[in-house]
Amino acid sequence: MTPERVDTAIHSVNSGLVSSSHVLLGLLAVGAMHGYDLKRAYDNRLPQAKPLGYGQVYATLGRLSRDGLVTPAGQDRDAGPDRTSYAITPAGRAALDEWLAAVEPPAPHVASTLLNKVMVALLVADVDRARRYLTAQRRAHTDRLRELTALKIAPGARLDDVIAADYAIAHLDADLRWLQTTLDRVADWHREVRA
Amino acid sequence: MTEPPAQLQARGVVRSYGATPALRGVTLDVAEGEIVAVTGPSGCGKSTLLHCLAGILRPDAGEIGYRGQRIDTWSEAARSRLRRTEFGVLFQFGQLVAELTAAENVALPLLLAGTGRRAARTAALSWLDRLGVADLADTRPGEMSGGQQQRCATARALVTEPRVLFADEPTGALDTLTGEQVLGHLVRVAREQRTTVVLVTHDARVAGYADREIAMRDGTVDHSGLGLVGGPR
Ligand SMILES: Nc1ncnc2c1ncn2[C@@H]1O[C@H](COP(=O)(O)OP(=O)(O)O)[C@@H](O)[C@H]1O
Ligand SMILES: [Mg+2]
Repeated sequence: MTPERVDTAIHSVNSGLVSSSHVLLGLLAVGAMHGYDLKRAYDNRLPQAKPLGYGQVYATLGRLSRDGLVTPAGQDRDAGPDRTSYAITPAGRAALDEWLAAVEPPAPHVASTLLNKVMVALLVADVDRARRYLTAQRRAHTDRLRELTALKIAPGARLDDVIAADYAIAHLDADLRWLQTTLDRVADWHREVRA
Repeated sequence: MTEPPAQLQARGVVRSYGATPALRGVTLDVAEGEIVAVTGPSGCGKSTLLHCLAGILRPDAGEIGYRGQRIDTWSEAARSRLRRTEFGVLFQFGQLVAELTAAENVALPLLLAGTGRRAARTAALSWLDRLGVADLADTRPGEMSGGQQQRCATARALVTEPRVLFADEPTGALDTLTGEQVLGHLVRVAREQRTTVVLVTHDARVAGYADREIAMRDGTVDHSGLGLVGGPR
């Protein structure tokens, strides 16, 4: 294959993978592991993420293996089939490099359940209904923001936790600003939606 | 009432600057040891409320209570004594005396209260240490970063071991990471000392450090449920 063809092949493999697969690939790039350790390493590195199920880990390994990105690299002697350890292949390494270099598109379409809810509230009910929702949503966001802040400043907090919490806090803060301006604008918006 | 009175109380507080109304009837309670954030858009009356609670400004109407006593009717001298002994204040910037070192700045409130020089210096050094800036003891404010200055100012506000710390946008002039370090220290020390903190901010991320949020709007406390967070801890 020409380099261009290889790139296209890698690209199509990558675009079929969710980002947790790339995290697993990245962990395997550090050293071969079996599924059990891989799951633990994932949860340990991304403590604020949704924990991966074992089933998901084995399914992903199966898929990565089928695509030639990882390969079985021996078995623990005292174990059953689940103790197969996997190593990253050169193709896996190339796919990982491509993924790392690819800039994520800055969301071209705004899709948010929050936004949809306010719009539908105005469509089927009234400004009060929309305000009640916005207010309750704002409280939930602020509660979560406080929990995450407490987690960050807890004695002995790890930088893994702090940085993941920072990410979530920045997004909650952005939502909170939007919730506030929308509360201020909702009456005008209602007139427009109903016009 | 069966409950003990809140440590800080405002009842229907009204305050104007000439024809400009700043507070239009504010009622709130703050419990001892609580960290509350007073939030709201610029101009909604947060700073005016803080000044009224701290006995710096007198309301035009309404009452300010501190530990069950009504303090807004006290003389300026009596309120000033209360501020020196029971309260600490922290502003956005400009509280440190430029000619004095960090240790001298922090010792100042103790010296004014009649503490001896040696004891005041010892206390100042220990407070600088608690705020993580012990190495700046002999440095003047002009040679410090903004974050270092605010940590020294926090030490100065807490050196008298006040029961209440009033902080008005204490990290407003700092970048996010530096502001977080100042807030992290402030909140940790306040919890250790069981100091009540009234933290004025327009930033939700800063309010995240508090136990509870008091949201203001147009000179009143927003009780519509916009008050964001739940009850006391
Ligand atoms: N010293 C002053 N003289 C005249 N008006 C003032 C003064 N201080 C504040 N105000 C006005 O009072 C209102 C509330 O101000 P302030 O308490 O500083 O609000 P915040 O701290 O929320 O920004 C605003 O309209 C402001 O312009
Ligand atoms: Mg202000």
